Amino acid sequence: MLLTAHDIHKSYETADGPFKVLRGVDLTLDGGETLALTGESGSGKSTLLHLIGGLDLPDQGEILIDGVDIAARDDTGRAVMRRGVVGVIFQQFNLIPSLRIGDNIAFQARLAGRYDPAWTENLTARLGLSEQLKKYPEQLSGGQQQRVAIARTLAPRPRLVLADEPTGNLDEDTAATVLDILLELVEETGAGLMMVTHSHALAARMGRRMHLRAGQVA
Amino acid sequence: MIGVTFTALIWHWRRNPLQLFTLLAGLALATALWSGVQAINAEARASYDAAAATLGEGRFDRLNRRDGQPISEATYVQLRRAGWLVSPVIEGRIDSVRLVGVELLTAPGGLAPAAFGDAAAIAGLGGDQVIAAEGTKLAGVRVVIDPDIAPQTAIADIGTAQKLLNRAGEIDTLVVAPQQPLIQAALADVAPELTRQIAQSGSDIGRLTDSFHLNLTAFGLLSFAVGIFIVHGAIGLAFEQRRGTVRTLRALGVPLRPLILLMVAELLSLAFLAGLIGVGLGYVIAGLLLPDVAATLRGLYGADVAGTLQLRPIWWASGMAIALGGTAIAASGALWKLSRLPLLAGGNPRALAVAAGRGAKVQGFAAVVLLTAAAILALFGNSILAGFALLAALLIGAALALPLILSRVLDWASVRATGVVTQWFWADTRQQLPGLSLALMALLLAMAANIGVSTMVSSFRLTFVAFLDQRLSSELYVNAETPAQAIAIEAYGKANADAVLPVQSEKVMISGQPAEVFGGRDHSTYRENWRFLQAQAMPWDAVHTGQGILINEQLARRANLAIGETIAVTGQVYTVAGVYGDYGNPIGQAVIDEGQFAKLFPDVRPVRFGIRMDRDKVAAFVAAMARDIDVPAANTIHQAGIKAFSLGVFERTFTVTTALNILTLAVAGFAILMSLLTLTAMRVPQLAPAWAMGMTRRNLGASELVRTLLLASMTAVVALPLGLALAWVLLAVVNVAAFGWQLPMYLFPADYARLGGLALLAATIAALWPALRLARTPPSDLLKVFSNER
Repeated sequence: MLLTAHDIHKSYETADGPFKVLRGVDLTLDGGETLALTGESGSGKSTLLHLIGGLDLPDQGEILIDGVDIAARDDTGRAVMRRGVVGVIFQQFNLIPSLRIGDNIAFQARLAGRYDPAWTENLTARLGLSEQLKKYPEQLSGGQQQRVAIARTLAPRPRLVLADEPTGNLDEDTAATVLDILLELVEETGAGLMMVTHSHALAARMGRRMHLRAGQVA
Repeated sequence: MIGVTFTALIWHWRRNPLQLFTLLAGLALATALWSGVQAINAEARASYDAAAATLGEGRFDRLNRRDGQPISEATYVQLRRAGWLVSPVIEGRIDSVRLVGVELLTAPGGLAPAAFGDAAAIAGLGGDQVIAAEGTKLAGVRVVIDPDIAPQTAIADIGTAQKLLNRAGEIDTLVVAPQQPLIQAALADVAPELTRQIAQSGSDIGRLTDSFHLNLTAFGLLSFAVGIFIVHGAIGLAFEQRRGTVRTLRALGVPLRPLILLMVAELLSLAFLAGLIGVGLGYVIAGLLLPDVAATLRGLYGADVAGTLQLRPIWWASGMAIALGGTAIAASGALWKLSRLPLLAGGNPRALAVAAGRGAKVQGFAAVVLLTAAAILALFGNSILAGFALLAALLIGAALALPLILSRVLDWASVRATGVVTQWFWADTRQQLPGLSLALMALLLAMAANIGVSTMVSSFRLTFVAFLDQRLSSELYVNAETPAQAIAIEAYGKANADAVLPVQSEKVMISGQPAEVFGGRDHSTYRENWRFLQAQAMPWDAVHTGQGILINEQLARRANLAIGETIAVTGQVYTVAGVYGDYGNPIGQAVIDEGQFAKLFPDVRPVRFGIRMDRDKVAAFVAAMARDIDVPAANTIHQAGIKAFSLGVFERTFTVTTALNILTLAVAGFAILMSLLTLTAMRVPQLAPAWAMGMTRRNLGASELVRTLLLASMTAVVALPLGLALAWVLLAVVNVAAFGWQLPMYLFPADYARLGGLALLAATIAALWPALRLARTPPSDLLKVFSNER
């Protein structure tokens, strides 16, 4: 199994005391599978995604990627996992403003030591970014920036793609196009995809759907 | 991984050249001010050291003739035969070059520069050869260059020097070697006409000029502190700007530790580059100022300082160390924050006010602790170290307190504002305060340093001019070349002037301190002009009845003497009747009655006279004296001339101080510019709503300008008491601890107003460009704030 999460708990400190975001979530995901994670605002979707991506650690429970508990890895170990095994597509794109689009796309692959120029060129062409490679992120529209973020994530061919509302900032048509490309590429690379979304239409296009309510699987 | 990450970090600067420029320029300017001042100090000190080494000045006892005449070679030979290890020295001037002749075989070690101990140098000094600093020109001899020799000084074998000076067989002084035979004949038996002058510890010149250098060093440190605030601001804002990039890099798999190490390496590389530029700039500043400083030191203390710079490794090293160390200090906080930054923390440049709010309590606590420490040190500290610790605590405490003070004032104004635009203006100003606070702290320190140093220099001038009036109260001073001429001068003065006041002195030990005792004539000149720091009633009466003695402040402080206490001068006991200021004198001094002096030192004859007369008759008197008793005009000193010369020297001092003031304010102005420019990007989202609701872009730009001026004015108000406190610490604590005398402090409101005007001008110039940029922000940029695409 590519991903196994068991009995995940997470809370945050607030002015009114600890706030429990996740209360015993279980899930599994295999390579080539696609999973839509839906739920109300504040239901814990993004928190779960961040925990699986090794960006934060659960208070309780275990998250295994390829059978290895990410909590057992130190900061450097989780960093290695993020750049090699897991790819995260953020809602806010998080491109590096000082780098050109071409460098942004190649960045994570080069970081992971898995830069494949032919594959990267293929990606950029299919995402319609070939003309934009010399530009800087601020010169692109939101839809274009999101496509750059997708290309950057897929360039090192991660085994697990985590997408946090990747189309949340895009109009309906652009969102549909971006998702088409994402699904196509994920299928091609055999990666597992877990996508947080509010959109029922987009969720319906995924292989499985998991709904969170108040920190628990509904 | 390292290369890719480093590229991502470095390319930030490529995309943001303005930020890179401000960081480099801030650090370079800070280093330039520091190394410029250090270069001047190092150059001057090296000149004194060379001067001191030239004759081992003050380090050896000397034998001189009581009548000031040259010593004969026969006397020298007699002394050597009697077991005295003495070495002859002759000194004179050829044009502007001071020529010193020493006897190489008998000179004690350390009398002359190291090169003199070198056999090759000794061999090389045969014939008509002299050793001198580069640039020294002396006709008729071969000049061997030695950088250790003082400027405008040449050293030769005594035979060569006697020949060049046309003084064959003459010796000016005999230097006494520190180690002498256990058995030797008494000086009075061998050469009764000679008197032994006891060595002083350290060079007179060095000690006199130390005050000047201490103040310059303090100014350099203050300037650097201003620079550090700029660097801190630049680095802090650069880190803020890259928070998003850093978060993304970490999210994409770059571990924290290598990331921090890369940023440290990046910063140190930039600091190294900026340090090189800064030291170079400092060299230029020092090169421009050094001629004035050299002239000042030469005029004030007679210390020869080369007017040109040498590349001295010490200030290159100190400049680079300060640049790298300053960056390390400035960056440590930002790196610490980065290491503690949660991976999921906000990636956008945060509202600085949020962070400031959290840090305000800590900052306020630190300010209170430092200012309390400063108050305790002011009350109980009495060493140089305590003085500098007091300076540091006072300045850093005040700088930390500034944003809190401004914040309170803005809160107060905000509550009382009635109009909607005014309310928005105060609230918006309050919001900008955290982003500008570092620049305002730099401005505060710059202004305080300027007020402090200006007050000190001006106080020094006023005191010194008054001191000249007191100590140079006679209209004319005449030096006698021979005892016979002295008698003639006194007689001529009595017959042709209002009064003749002999100046006679002898070096003695008083209460264990080396001192010079003077015999003073009972005359209204002294009673009317001398001002005492402390005195009993009618101090001059006590002196002239033979009971009292007047002592200078240095002796009073060092020997812990107070009015009414008794002291002995060569066995004769006197009561301290008064303590007078004696600025710049490194040793103790005392005045007793002329008759008492004659009893104690019957062999000492006055060789200098002050002559009182109508000022208009001075020129005619000098001419008549030359004609009637053959006293050349060169042996006379016109009081008005000395005063004019002294004032000229002070004008040059002011030139240097003014230049440093303007430079420091320029650096502070640069800090404001840098902060405003960096904040401009963050300002657009803050100002867009106000624009959308009806304010014009012109209004927004104008409000930015007014806001900066307002904050600068408020900072100036805080800087005034801080600067005066700084001056007080320099004058009343550091100077006393370092030199044993206190300068009175005067206030100069017009100077402060001028400085305030300059500071506001610097702030206006700094704010103008960012304000114009804001006023010209395209509507499309303002609209983006409301767009989802942002």
